[in-house]
Amino acid sequence: MSILEIVIVTLIKVVVVVGTMLVAVAYLVYFERKVSAWAQNRIGPNRVGWKGTLQPFADLFKLVLKEDIVPDNADRKIHALAPVIALLVALSTYAVIPFGPDLQIGDYNISLIVADVNIGVLFILALTSLGVYALTLAGWSSGSKYSLLGGIRSSAQMISYEVSMGFSVAGVLLLSESLRPVAIVESQSGWMWNAIVQPIGFITFLVSAFAETNRLPFDLPEAEPELVGGFHTEYSSMKFAGFFLAEYANMIMASAFIATLYLGGWQIPYIEKLGLSPILETLLCFGGFLLKMAALLFFFLWVRWSLPRFRYDQLMNLGWKVMFPLSLINIIWVAALIMIFGM
Amino acid sequence: MEMETPTKRRRIKDLNFWEKIYVPEIIKGLALTLRTMFKPKFTMEYPEVKFEPTGSYRGRPVLVQEENGVERCVACGLCSRVCPALAIEVQAAETELEKERYPVKFEINMLRCIFCGFCEEVCPEEAIVMSKDYEMAFTNREDAIYGKDKLLIPVGELQDRIDFLRQYK
Repeated sequence: MSILEIVIVTLIKVVVVVGTMLVAVAYLVYFERKVSAWAQNRIGPNRVGWKGTLQPFADLFKLVLKEDIVPDNADRKIHALAPVIALLVALSTYAVIPFGPDLQIGDYNISLIVADVNIGVLFILALTSLGVYALTLAGWSSGSKYSLLGGIRSSAQMISYEVSMGFSVAGVLLLSESLRPVAIVESQSGWMWNAIVQPIGFITFLVSAFAETNRLPFDLPEAEPELVGGFHTEYSSMKFAGFFLAEYANMIMASAFIATLYLGGWQIPYIEKLGLSPILETLLCFGGFLLKMAALLFFFLWVRWSLPRFRYDQLMNLGWKVMFPLSLINIIWVAALIMIFGM
Repeated sequence: MEMETPTKRRRIKDLNFWEKIYVPEIIKGLALTLRTMFKPKFTMEYPEVKFEPTGSYRGRPVLVQEENGVERCVACGLCSRVCPALAIEVQAAETELEKERYPVKFEINMLRCIFCGFCEEVCPEEAIVMSKDYEMAFTNREDAIYGKDKLLIPVGELQDRIDFLRQYK
């Protein structure tokens, strides 16, 4: 392919991925409300459109029409910058997620990944760490004690759980011997999913992912009952929508990342033995990846209605005294596996 | 040694190994919420499906209208006196009927009414009772003042409440 073709194909991929993600975020909000309703024996939104399917767009429309209020004490520039950082981080991480194997259309060989960089995992870890700036700056610039508390909590929480997250990922990297997401997926062929090979690492990563995305039971930066919304207390209109969008985009991102690292990515075990045509196989794999993501997203919503929020000291205890040692044990476990079985 | 009672508060040190590692307990909790998701829903889809109250329900207070079209009220003004929200205004006048007095004006300000039912409790004639009506939307303050035209309800429609009052009041 010439350079021009590569640029065009990549641009198309960027537009498709970002567009799909924005729609997916809208419907994730819809399903969040539906699952919340079901967990409480309610029906949930069902008025706007068929079974309430246009509800997210109605919500968005409402948010656009709202007045944008900035408090007097706020640092206006940083106050406006924070949601931009949140969105930027949330949307750019999708670039390195492999959504499926290569797609053959005629002579073209299109890989279902925007940028197949060889440090993809590092890229995601670095950008998600940047995400903490959005929350902290939002809390600091709002000029409100609740926001400040939320921001401080978020920085402490994110840094604590980043450690166990990084060490859990180290276990995956030991097995795949590469930081390329595609190589990590390919190293989990058959049933050699990392979730099965290293269950402890899977659990620590899953818990850390909950903490990183600020979802219950780790939503201390928001903590509606105590902090009236935490870091986004003083946000309204589209700036609030930015945070809202970023939170849900991060959830989708986290589930895609977990599926890639631990659930075999787009691989369906032993699908190559069925002898399907390459295009059908690719599409099935793509569907399999979406299914894994959907299952993880449902898990996110499901946990929200099952577990109560942690107290702050419990959160820190869990992060440093349980998750951190467990992720170290996981590295030893993986190293032992490599020594014994030469995997 | 202290006796173990079932009501004894369990602390972290009392938990056994499986409870301490949390995972089985979390799975138990998740199973519970998953089961709940498939249970029948409680939601009543309001404009289409309406709540049918029983006689014990305190909806908006109304005046009882006898079969011959005359209100029971004798305009004694007790309801107006007892009303904690000062929502009721009564003006009495004379009538040729046996009861001798009737309210020439009877107004309840529905913005003030708190649905406590004191008016009904204090009424010696069983003339003002709480109805089952809970739909009272209005768009301006004038509409919120209900006069006799809106308050008079035939006794047949209020039978549930009157039976309830005779049984329990």
